[in-house]
Amino acid sequence: MNVSLSFVPVWTLILATGIFLYVLLDGFDLGVGILYGLEPDLASRNIVMNAIAPIWDGNETWLVLGGLALLAAFPLAFVIIVPALYFPILVMLLALAFRGVAFEFRFRDVEHKTFWDRGFNYGSAVAAFAQGVMLGAFIQGFRVEGRHFVGTSFDFLTPFSLLTGLALVFGYGLLGAGWLILKTEGEIQQRARRSARFCLLAVLAGIAGVSIWTPLMSGAIATRWFTWPGILLLSPVPVATAAVSVWIWRLLGRESQAGPFIGAVGLFVLSYTGIAISIWPMIVPHKYTLWEAASSPSTQGFLLVGTLFLLPVILVYTGWSYWVFRGKVRADIGYH
Amino acid sequence: MELDPLLLSRFQFAWLIAWHILMPAFTVGLASYIAILEGLHFFTTKEVYFRISTFWIRIFSVAFGIGVVSGVIMPFQFGTNWSRYADATANVLAPLFAYEGLTAFFLEAAFLGVLLFGRKLVPPWAHFVAALMVAFGTLLSSFWILAANSWMQTPAGYEIVDGRFYPTDWLQVIFNPSFPYRLAHTVTGFYVTTGFVVVGVAAWLIRKGRHAAEGRIMLSMTLWLLTVLVPLQIFIGDQHGLNTLEHQPAKLAAMEGHWQTGSGIPFVLFGLPDEANATNRFSIEIPYAGSLVLTHSLNGTVRGLTDFPPDQRPPVAIPFFAFRIMIGIGSLMLLLVATSWWLRWRRRLFDSPWFLRCCMVMAPFGFVAVLAGWTTTEVGRQPWTVYGLMRTADSVSPSLSGSDVLISLLGYMLVYLIIFPSGAWVMLRIIRRGLDEPDATTSPVQGGRPSGPVAVQLQPEGERS
Repeated sequence: MNVSLSFVPVWTLILATGIFLYVLLDGFDLGVGILYGLEPDLASRNIVMNAIAPIWDGNETWLVLGGLALLAAFPLAFVIIVPALYFPILVMLLALAFRGVAFEFRFRDVEHKTFWDRGFNYGSAVAAFAQGVMLGAFIQGFRVEGRHFVGTSFDFLTPFSLLTGLALVFGYGLLGAGWLILKTEGEIQQRARRSARFCLLAVLAGIAGVSIWTPLMSGAIATRWFTWPGILLLSPVPVATAAVSVWIWRLLGRESQAGPFIGAVGLFVLSYTGIAISIWPMIVPHKYTLWEAASSPSTQGFLLVGTLFLLPVILVYTGWSYWVFRGKVRADIGYH
Repeated sequence: MELDPLLLSRFQFAWLIAWHILMPAFTVGLASYIAILEGLHFFTTKEVYFRISTFWIRIFSVAFGIGVVSGVIMPFQFGTNWSRYADATANVLAPLFAYEGLTAFFLEAAFLGVLLFGRKLVPPWAHFVAALMVAFGTLLSSFWILAANSWMQTPAGYEIVDGRFYPTDWLQVIFNPSFPYRLAHTVTGFYVTTGFVVVGVAAWLIRKGRHAAEGRIMLSMTLWLLTVLVPLQIFIGDQHGLNTLEHQPAKLAAMEGHWQTGSGIPFVLFGLPDEANATNRFSIEIPYAGSLVLTHSLNGTVRGLTDFPPDQRPPVAIPFFAFRIMIGIGSLMLLLVATSWWLRWRRRLFDSPWFLRCCMVMAPFGFVAVLAGWTTTEVGRQPWTVYGLMRTADSVSPSLSGSDVLISLLGYMLVYLIIFPSGAWVMLRIIRRGLDEPDATTSPVQGGRPSGPVAVQLQPEGERS
């Protein structure tokens, strides 16, 4: 085996972890943004927003890192996937911009508070939907010739990608509700518990739809999941999904503070694993493997040296900043 | 009319980067200023530094937020609109961008939360460290982005295989020939830009007689800094120009409006470049000054634009005028700083209304200079994305139609024309309110651990829109 091949597994692991951390972290704060519209008054909206205000910026940074790690470690995938998702990426970026500035503008720009409130709320929902559409388009695959995407910029738009878009909105809603249950009390928490149940049912419907649709769409995926011995090895994934869902549902009816969030994270881990099993070892579905899309060994090696040192450091100080803002959101500290 | 995806993509990138660069031009300098103020407060425990710092942190949080959201958009442009460029250069450039994310973005984001919201949650030293880390992060960010940009201008440490660039020496890739000059020139430019904003705001506070004590500290401190930085910047700019002459002679010739190779060339003060006839119309020139500045000798030889094939020349008018705008603003800045020395010597720095008014007028000029300088270097790089090696025309994504890019461009224009003016308005509002604490009705609650039973004590407030 060639030395050059040996960096690919570790980069696959880093990229998969990075993207998952993004989905999880920005997922819950986008989810909080989606649920924000349900809060009836200024006081509760302030508390909901401040449940994520000090940390959203760091969460969104994982998006940049995921994009750049893909470009650096698997550039061929980046240059095919990103132009193919031209419009979903555009919509996501514009929505993220709107919701991002709302954090600061909302407090300073009192006259237009409802404008930025809506910007935060709709921006979060639209960004989540666009990401779900991107996921669906990715699973379906792209028209590729040589090293380039050769379809049109509207290829992404299919019933399947719209389904994954909706599913992710509810998925993020579930994560966001879990976070609010963890960070708030009283009426806001009660509302979050009700929202969580609604989102859980909707996201399960989405997962079921995707799970039925995907193997129908791709023979290779059907073979992987439904033939012996795959069916035996992979059956724990749907079984665990069902078990975790029941567990979340029951915790939502009790006093558990952190349980629903942990359960929602578990559901995301399982869905993510399911998709990874279906796609593996491709990075451009149906076209290029991780190995074929990899950058030069020198490139992967140069970036790996720093990444292996920096990622743990980043996790430590990010963890510290979460620790500083731990506990329930408090309402008794003035701004700056 | 046929819509050209290349031209529209170029316009889109110019639109996005021009707005985005205004934020780092302000936040890189402001982060360092805040770190210094936090340090002064930490070591001297004087309340005045605390008040000044708190005031600027409020403004910083808005600028930084806009910088983040407009910055997140940038790396995706490589894929959405410039995928062939990304395909060709990823092996060399992508790690530099990824290192920016790893070293700078996370540092800024994690410690920003503590800087903005953590004053009462962490000990004073930790708050000071957070300010230092945010400032350090902004500088690291500049380091990596300018390394990548400089490599596009003066590529080094690579080999080309099958039309794609591969790294051969990482140190040469990062410390490519124009990088040290560009880094020094840009970061100093960012500091100077911030400095003039601080001076302008301080002058306004003094003139209004509100928080005049704080205003005097800000004005005096910052004018000392500019006393060093403005002359230094002019020196660095000259060195950067010489570096451009060596590595990108066509760009330099366009900046100078210099058409025919010759010795003892004049410096064109003003003129209208005429590309069709390869000459300047209505030009006002200083004899021999061009050779003197560029070769440091009266009879030095400088290559003119006609030395380069027409398809390897940058457009002339844009870098020519942008360069003169930058130089003009630099001269005005030097004049203002020199005036401040004289007033300081006469002990009239704080009570010369005309000088304070000049300071206020000059406040936004740094941004114009940064944009003009950026335009000079980026348009001057044309028609290449990687200088001399890869053409802009060969860099655009092959799948895009003109209408695709028109839609995205209109979307970016609409959103930026809402976000940036709103941001500017919000910052001006904070400045107008001065150093007073924000009033209770607009101050939000925030995350943090409870020290006791949590009580929500916000007054119910109706929607005010």
